[in-house]
Amino acid sequence: MEGPELLLEVKGLKTYFFLDEGTVKAVEGADFSLLRGGTLGIVGESGCGKTVTAYSITQLIESPGRIVEGQILFHRRLNGVEGSPATTEVVDLAKLRPGSRSICEIRGSEIAMVFQEPMTALSPVHTIGDQIMEVILLHRKVSKKEAREQTVEMLRHVGIPKSETRLDTYPFQLSGGMRQRAMIAMALMCRPSLLIADEPTTALDVTMQAQILELMKQLQREMGMAVILITHNLGVVAEVCEQVAVMYLGEVVEWADVEALFADPLHPYTQALLRSIPKLGQSKKGRLDPIKGMVPDPYNRPGGCPFHPRCAQMIAGRCDQERPPLVRRPDGRTVRCVLYADS
Amino acid sequence: MLQFILRRLLFIIPTFFVISFVTFIVIQLPPSDYAQTYVSGLLAQGDNIDAQATLKNLRDLYGIGEPAYVQYGKWMWGILTRGDFGMAFEYQQPVSFIIWERIEFTIVITLASLLVSWLIAFPVGIYSAVRQYSLGDYLSTFLAFIGISVPSFLMALVIMYILFKYFNITLGGLFSSQMEKAPWSLAKVVDFLQHTWLAILILGVSSTGGLIRTLRANLLDEMHKPYVITARAKGLPEWKVVIKYPLRLALNPFISGVGFTLPLLVNGSIIISVVMSLPLVGVMLLRSLQSQDMYLAGSLILITSLLTIIGVFLSDMLLAWVDPRIRYQ
Ligand SMILES: Nc1ncnc2c1ncn2[C@@H]1O[C@H](COP(=O)(O)OP(=O)(O)O)[C@@H](O)[C@H]1O
Ligand code: SF4
Ligand SMILES: [Mg+2]
Repeated sequence: MEGPELLLEVKGLKTYFFLDEGTVKAVEGADFSLLRGGTLGIVGESGCGKTVTAYSITQLIESPGRIVEGQILFHRRLNGVEGSPATTEVVDLAKLRPGSRSICEIRGSEIAMVFQEPMTALSPVHTIGDQIMEVILLHRKVSKKEAREQTVEMLRHVGIPKSETRLDTYPFQLSGGMRQRAMIAMALMCRPSLLIADEPTTALDVTMQAQILELMKQLQREMGMAVILITHNLGVVAEVCEQVAVMYLGEVVEWADVEALFADPLHPYTQALLRSIPKLGQSKKGRLDPIKGMVPDPYNRPGGCPFHPRCAQMIAGRCDQERPPLVRRPDGRTVRCVLYADS
Repeated sequence: MLQFILRRLLFIIPTFFVISFVTFIVIQLPPSDYAQTYVSGLLAQGDNIDAQATLKNLRDLYGIGEPAYVQYGKWMWGILTRGDFGMAFEYQQPVSFIIWERIEFTIVITLASLLVSWLIAFPVGIYSAVRQYSLGDYLSTFLAFIGISVPSFLMALVIMYILFKYFNITLGGLFSSQMEKAPWSLAKVVDFLQHTWLAILILGVSSTGGLIRTLRANLLDEMHKPYVITARAKGLPEWKVVIKYPLRLALNPFISGVGFTLPLLVNGSIIISVVMSLPLVGVMLLRSLQSQDMYLAGSLILITSLLTIIGVFLSDMLLAWVDPRIRYQ
């Protein structure tokens, strides 16, 4: 067996929204990659471009938004003929036209998504069974009856009791947790190689959050798919993810293994972020440091390093002038900050 | 669901009585004695009748001269037991002899023009929303506003003129004279369509503009809801996404509006009916009001209202059928 295999590489991704009021640079340089079967967390404050990054990967960005630069290389496994080894082909998802045949073949079948609000993310006038079955009927050659059986099976798998009858209920007849389970079942119907979950637990209460995360971990182990988990909660990342990309104002400012990042955060923003959350075993006296200042509004991104107005280590004349380069460290982690540019 | 239907059905009965009562007050309004008017009319025509006996008969039948509630009771009793809506004095005939055919044609023309307006409005409205701010969207918006602002009778006159002048076609009425009394057959249906296609088209088109705008707005609202993104994320092609999800929800306002098409058409079709000499309910109602032919006017209002109530009931049922949130309330 060869070593871990790449699944997704995002390189220099930029996604802008061209509005009458100006251009919103929602994603302004996202770089990270993900191994087959791996788990990547994307963290950052609200509005920093996490959702836009996720939507860019599957070309779900709607006009007036557009991917303007960068590559999204998806290593797609082609199922070879019986006996012969599987081969992979690399597709640049950023080059595919939104709504084109090629991206539609990948969506739902190889890259599936779970969204934040399971109530609004499901159609209120179709049964959950109808909405889930549709995925497999679309991508696989199965009969209605087989699709129904597989859906019942999958619903049971994600922990929905009495799934034969739940199939015919409408989303508003289920609790929030059950709806999110149905949403996950829908995403997993075709056994995708990548699952993107955009704040899947944010809308749920705390006990439900833990259950859903546990379920996702369990399903990932069973199915061997890779997961991108988007969250603004570093605690969730620590618990679930192997790698993490920290975003600030549309940029991935740091990308590293989770242990390395928590043990030795490089980017001043990551450091501030870690100081702002409580740690296990931290004494009551140890104060939490909220990050000073506000997130600037997206029309007026600061020049140079976007974090410089809030950065304690800011080097005047440098950080506010030039865009910090993307620095790749010997251990493979990347960071976008001048402090590491010369090492 | 059954409970929902029953509740709605039960609701029809009090509504019907309230409307019939209001209608009756309308009938009561003119000061004259209908029976007297009717009998003098018969005598003036030289009918050989026993004036006193006829007068007494009519007064007993409709309770004229008795308190209003007795009159109302007798009118309703006549309608419910004998289908007798009273006398149409101007026509010298019972109301029930002269209205049913008109009501039938009005319903047929209403449904046909509704169909036409939907057939045009749906594809155009969907296109307009899906390709918002495209050339096609601007064009359809422009045409929709023209359709809304040009009076339909003017459109009818212009088209009739052109048809006559350049194609030597005259339109008007419902049938050609030889088909008028013929029993229903395929040929009669074709004849009917040959006479009424323009009226149906124009009545349909006159409501199309509004429909296009409503559908476009509804659909644009729905197109940006999260469940549409979910549908796209499944890999459905865009047209399937639109038809299965946002369109389905954008239809609700249409379905709930279906029930009101009839009264709108009764009112809206008067001028067109005059211009194209179509014997529809609207014209008859207008005339009966002008000539104070009160049982006729009252009956027309009553029946149109009843049909509207039934229409609203049906559209409620349809709505409950397509939208489970209503069904499971
Ligand atoms: N459809 C859109 N039109 C205009 N701006 C948008 C749109 N979607 C997102 N943005 C902007 O892009 C930025 C990133 O948004 P998002 O990715 O949703 O943030 P989050 O990290 O909270 O998921 C925000 O400033 C937001 O205002
Ligand atoms: S580049 Fe400068 S301003 Fe930006 S994070 Fe690094 S030190 Fe702070
Ligand atoms: Mg988001």
